[in-house]
Amino acid sequence: MKKEKGIRGSYLQDVKERFFHHKLAVFALFFLAVEILAVIFLPMILSLDPYSIDVMAFGRGPSDKHLMGTDDVGRDMFARIVYGGRVSLTVGIISAIISLIVGIPLGLLAGYFRGKWEIIVMRLADIFMSFPSMILILVLASVLGQSIVTITVVIGVLGWPEFARLIYASTLSVREKEYVESAKAIGTKTRGIIVRYIVPNASAPVIIAFTFRTAQAIITESSLSFLGLGVQPPAASWGNILYYAQSISVLANKPWMWVPAGIILIITVLCINFLGDGIRDALDTKMSV
Amino acid sequence: MGKYVLRRLMVAIPTFIGITVLVFFLAYLAPGSPLEMLFMDSNADAQVMADMEARLGLDQPVYVQYFRWVGQLFQGNLGTSYRTGLPVWDMVGERIGPTLLITLASLFLSVLIAIPLGVMSAYKPYSGWDYFSSGLSFIGAATPNFFAGLVFIYLFSVKINIFPSSGMYDSAGAHTFADLVHHMVLPTFVLSIQQIGSLIRQTRGSVLEVLQDDYIRTARAKGCLESRVLFRHALRNALSPVITRIGTMIPFLVGGAVVTEQLFSWPGLGSLMVLSINSRDYPVIMGITVVIAVAVLIGNLIIDLIYSVLDPRIRFSK
Repeated sequence: MKKEKGIRGSYLQDVKERFFHHKLAVFALFFLAVEILAVIFLPMILSLDPYSIDVMAFGRGPSDKHLMGTDDVGRDMFARIVYGGRVSLTVGIISAIISLIVGIPLGLLAGYFRGKWEIIVMRLADIFMSFPSMILILVLASVLGQSIVTITVVIGVLGWPEFARLIYASTLSVREKEYVESAKAIGTKTRGIIVRYIVPNASAPVIIAFTFRTAQAIITESSLSFLGLGVQPPAASWGNILYYAQSISVLANKPWMWVPAGIILIITVLCINFLGDGIRDALDTKMSV
Repeated sequence: MGKYVLRRLMVAIPTFIGITVLVFFLAYLAPGSPLEMLFMDSNADAQVMADMEARLGLDQPVYVQYFRWVGQLFQGNLGTSYRTGLPVWDMVGERIGPTLLITLASLFLSVLIAIPLGVMSAYKPYSGWDYFSSGLSFIGAATPNFFAGLVFIYLFSVKINIFPSSGMYDSAGAHTFADLVHHMVLPTFVLSIQQIGSLIRQTRGSVLEVLQDDYIRTARAKGCLESRVLFRHALRNALSPVITRIGTMIPFLVGGAVVTEQLFSWPGLGSLMVLSINSRDYPVIMGITVVIAVAVLIGNLIIDLIYSVLDPRIRFSK
């Protein structure tokens, strides 16, 4: 028992070493950590208010009172970007978790029990992957009502095929292995085999896919909100802050109303992608997403 | 070859049926019945409403309604728009061309830019050139269409006014080809940015792998020109995963077209989709979704065909 722990430790040590070798990934991890702490704690520390309207400043540029200016309704841009970050990051992470929760059981079902499950699940995955999910998300969100919760759930549920495929592939490769056979022979239950052997074997590609899915979900949410079909004002998200830049006067004359939100969005997605790359190198799996 | 195409078709047909079921039930579950949409005022005569309900088949069970709808679909009848009262097919049909135009142009542009950049990156990995194109691909993949669009409009329409920011043609002038191309430049570029990013990475990765292979050394040993080694021996063998990636790009291109068309007031399916969602015009939403489904399935079939031409192993496997 003790020995096994030792081996594990050295594997993790290796992983850690390889990860910290990837400079961009380390920077990305640091940036994302700071960003997450900032969107959680800054509103409390600075008592930011993204909803209150300053009637003395409609669409004003940066000033002492409003560090990053105000929007056309007179709301503080800095507060909106911080609150928007809360919404965008939450939607991204929670919807990726939902994709995971939906995709993994389906992938297990298809890979472990094969037969008709395999046909049904994998064919459905093909269908979902070949059809533009953006269109389905638009339609679903309009049918269910455009709230933060429905957007998160819809983006999450439609992200299942990627995870189902990964788990399916991994299950197929593991289920015929001798150690699974021996586990079966000594009477390990199906659940035990799945939890002890199949899921851990798939964890590396799943963790990597999870980071990329989060980045993709953030982009999808912001695109929907930009169209006015996602997170609805007065709630802020990085996408719906940019909604106002569709007006040419805002675009041309009030850069503080759209440039910062866009830049922070790109940097965040970039960092999540770097993080995913770093984890991929660290876990040393040959996989492209 | 024929067998292979047939097999791919057998996959495409259930996919299409699946999508029609999904679309129909979504619209069925949508708030607001079609009757309420047609009779905007709530004082309409109950008898008239009941007649209309029977005439539209809305009093039938849902699966009967579904088969009715599919039956009409195959006769080219997509129903009538709630918003305009026009046949949906007339509204959707005229939007297909513009959307095909920018999505295909963007696909072409992405391939034209990304594949050479990816091959050069793989040829000299960790060189300045590689860092440049890898950096470009990372930023491209992380930049949402709409933000790239805003930046491009700001730079090229507002600051230096060289490209128009909306529509397909100047409203005043004659509809010339030059005018069309002039209007296409920005939306096509914007739609391509994310695809270029992911395609550069895919190309770099798979060419890098192929360059380690023995036949590359053989080709060099027998004195092939480097350019021939790279583009003839390496690229051709590296192309399969690249083509797969192009196939997976199609759904993203169509999704991206919604945002891009809306931003550039491009008169395609995407901007009609946004308009129809805003006015809860479900027959049009359903019509667009079905048309997109057919287009995407045809796109996938074409990709499969290219794939089988490139890689004979696929053609001849069972």
